[in-house]
Amino acid sequence: MIPELGQLAMILALCFSAALGVLPLLGAWRGQVVWMALARPLAWGQFAFLAFAFACLARSFMVDDFSVAYVAQNSNSALPWYYKFSAVWGAHEGSLLLWALILGGWTFAVSIFSGQLPRDMLARVLAVMGLIGTGFMVFLICTSNPFSRLLPQVPANGRDLNPLLQDFGLVVHPPMLYMGYVGFSVAFAFAIAALLGGRLDAAWARWSRPWTLVAWSFLGVGISLGSWWAYYELGWGGWWFWDPVENASLMPWLVGTALVHSLAVTEKRGVFKSWTVLLAIAAFSLSLMGTFLVRSGVLTSVHAFASDPTRGVFILGFLLLVVGGSLGLFALRAPVVRSHARFGLWSRETLLLGNNLLLVVAAATILLGTLYPLLLDALTGAKLSVGPPYFNLLFLPLMALLMLLLAVGVVVRWKHTPGRWLAGLLTPVLVAAVVLAVLGGWWLGDFDWPVLAVFALAMWVVVGGLRDVFDKTRHTGLARGLRGLRRSYWAMHLAHLGIAVCALGVVLSSQHNAERDLRMAPGEAVDVGGYHFVFEGSQHVNGPNWSADRAVIRVTQGGRPVAVLNPEKRLYTAQQSMMTEAGIDPGLLRDLYVALGEPLGDGAWAVRVHVKPFVRWIWLGGVLTALGGLLAAADGRYRTKVKARVRGTLGLKEAAA
Amino acid sequence: MRRWLLLLPLVLFLVLAVFLYRGLFLDPQSLPSALIGKPFPAFQLPAVQGGGMLSRDAFLGRPALVNVWGTWCVACRDEHPVLNTLKAQGVVIYGVNYKDDNAAAQKWLAQFHDPYQLNVADADGSLGVDLGVYGAPETFLIDAKGVVRFKHVGVIDQQVWREQLAGRYQQLLDEAGQ
Repeated sequence: MIPELGQLAMILALCFSAALGVLPLLGAWRGQVVWMALARPLAWGQFAFLAFAFACLARSFMVDDFSVAYVAQNSNSALPWYYKFSAVWGAHEGSLLLWALILGGWTFAVSIFSGQLPRDMLARVLAVMGLIGTGFMVFLICTSNPFSRLLPQVPANGRDLNPLLQDFGLVVHPPMLYMGYVGFSVAFAFAIAALLGGRLDAAWARWSRPWTLVAWSFLGVGISLGSWWAYYELGWGGWWFWDPVENASLMPWLVGTALVHSLAVTEKRGVFKSWTVLLAIAAFSLSLMGTFLVRSGVLTSVHAFASDPTRGVFILGFLLLVVGGSLGLFALRAPVVRSHARFGLWSRETLLLGNNLLLVVAAATILLGTLYPLLLDALTGAKLSVGPPYFNLLFLPLMALLMLLLAVGVVVRWKHTPGRWLAGLLTPVLVAAVVLAVLGGWWLGDFDWPVLAVFALAMWVVVGGLRDVFDKTRHTGLARGLRGLRRSYWAMHLAHLGIAVCALGVVLSSQHNAERDLRMAPGEAVDVGGYHFVFEGSQHVNGPNWSADRAVIRVTQGGRPVAVLNPEKRLYTAQQSMMTEAGIDPGLLRDLYVALGEPLGDGAWAVRVHVKPFVRWIWLGGVLTALGGLLAAADGRYRTKVKARVRGTLGLKEAAA
Repeated sequence: MRRWLLLLPLVLFLVLAVFLYRGLFLDPQSLPSALIGKPFPAFQLPAVQGGGMLSRDAFLGRPALVNVWGTWCVACRDEHPVLNTLKAQGVVIYGVNYKDDNAAAQKWLAQFHDPYQLNVADADGSLGVDLGVYGAPETFLIDAKGVVRFKHVGVIDQQVWREQLAGRYQQLLDEAGQ
């Protein structure tokens, strides 16, 4: 009964979103106020029914209703309750429902928090989101129904959730990622609405900026979580593999980063309008491609496509419609009038254009490397890895160049900056960066050029930021000036600091990684990276739906106890699959990482021991950058109500305060 | 800005879409290699297992497979057991360890067995450029005189070996025997 109610709710949500996609748009075109006013209640209805459908599916998981095919395939009665809940988005059908729910949520949020938008603009934005929702729900209901029943032969127990996904990281990672992916639909909807209404102005950029920032932050957190999960769960000690799934999330993030910056230029200076629209379209298109291709399995293997052509054809058709349609609209409606705002060579506009180009080229590089093996597979049936050599060769220099531009872009002024003044400002920064890099190399006892170069780049970014803070406060004095700086200004510095921290983490953890693979019998010890690891043996333990061998490894440094690590080799009973749980002692300056390989008899194990300096900085940087995005979105100017402004112009400010 | 410039993104996207569509639904010819019928490119590179430099001469004398691989390459992991079986059947296989960390490569060979007679460490990818390598694995079939006769892009599995490589390899063995 409950699954049928869920299905019904899903169909009703589709009806709401179809109405939302059509009526307000017609209303905005014909000037029908009532039809435009329908947008908000329709958005609420869509969200309510999606939430109900999602709750139905979640309940089916919680009560072990294995008559539902999707539950039977992805759950098991022995699964702990929190994994039963996260199993809702553990596979294709449920994660699409989550996607639709989150889209409904964003639509709802836009309808609530955009009270100051002009009526026709709001109607168009919500309608575009309704159209996207319609496409998704048609796909969900026609090809990937999560509520399909297995009747009359109900299995006695479920096939269990993929053991890789039975982990805290995977409970939170997909919702975060989807918040980001779907969040770009808001920026997309604003762009399309602006194109439709022919009003591509600074106000449009201002409205869509906080939404874009929030989505971009969620995506950043999602990517960091995914990388962290790969690090501790896959058991190889790596944190980024350039595999298609990761690339699919990185591409929208890169384009989103470009979009966030280009929106700033459009809002402040009214230039790059068409380019910003194009980026908004690209960011969402890449998100769509990411969700679809990853979830349908097409990106990892074209055979997944061949095995279920209805899904594949629908996906391609939908992508074609969304991307082709929006680019077609762009070609017809983007403004051709030259902007009157001029800017010189050394201006923030130029630097941000450079930032945009680098980020877009980086995303295009990854797109090529990701799609090439897929195309080759489709053309010749050959399997090929375009691995880290390709990506590192092209991606890393682009990022270095980006960091080089970053500090200049922060201190440079809008419109025009005298070259001599700029050089005077940046020369001390350059000197400081080089000196700090050499000091850093001396501290670590390492003068390898990658370490020195990244040190210098990171310091260039950090000191450049500090220099700008001092420059901004030079008239008022530091103490008073600091309080006068806007929240969004601090947000920028926080995000840039995150980039520097992340870069340091990447280079130090890969250059100074100490690693040993060896056979360890009980009582044996090994010294890695200044730490003494003693293998004390392993014992058998049982979990709710797995059994494991758990080793005890005692770590000391100079005789001082540091940590006791418990790496595990787990056998998940329902699927009979082996999983490695690494034993990790995390630290800000270094991680101790131990993973079990194969049992070698007599209580001995193949053991992999890593000492990874600064590896946490990679995710710390990612989180700082995302926090920067959230902080910028929370800047007061986005919440200024029209009323307050009216009061201000009437000179009633003091009275109100 | 002129209107036709704004059409550019749409046109680019449509071209890409057409390619994707053709790619997914048509069954076209395999990629030809410019190297087929030409001598294997000359090189002077260290051996993965140490012990001095290797050159093109080391590959001469017997028909062989030259397999481009790397520890970073996930597909190579799938291919490796097949190469081990082929070695056990007496097939001569040379390796080109493409853009890899030498210590990791040695560990890989120790861990998964070593099917290669010789293994060239192409750390900076110079030989890979001469070979026109797109990624890994790629495998070249060379005859006893070191002339490239066939190229396979992607993983060699039992089926690929049976249908595409075994016959050609036997033919080269026959040529060499005469």
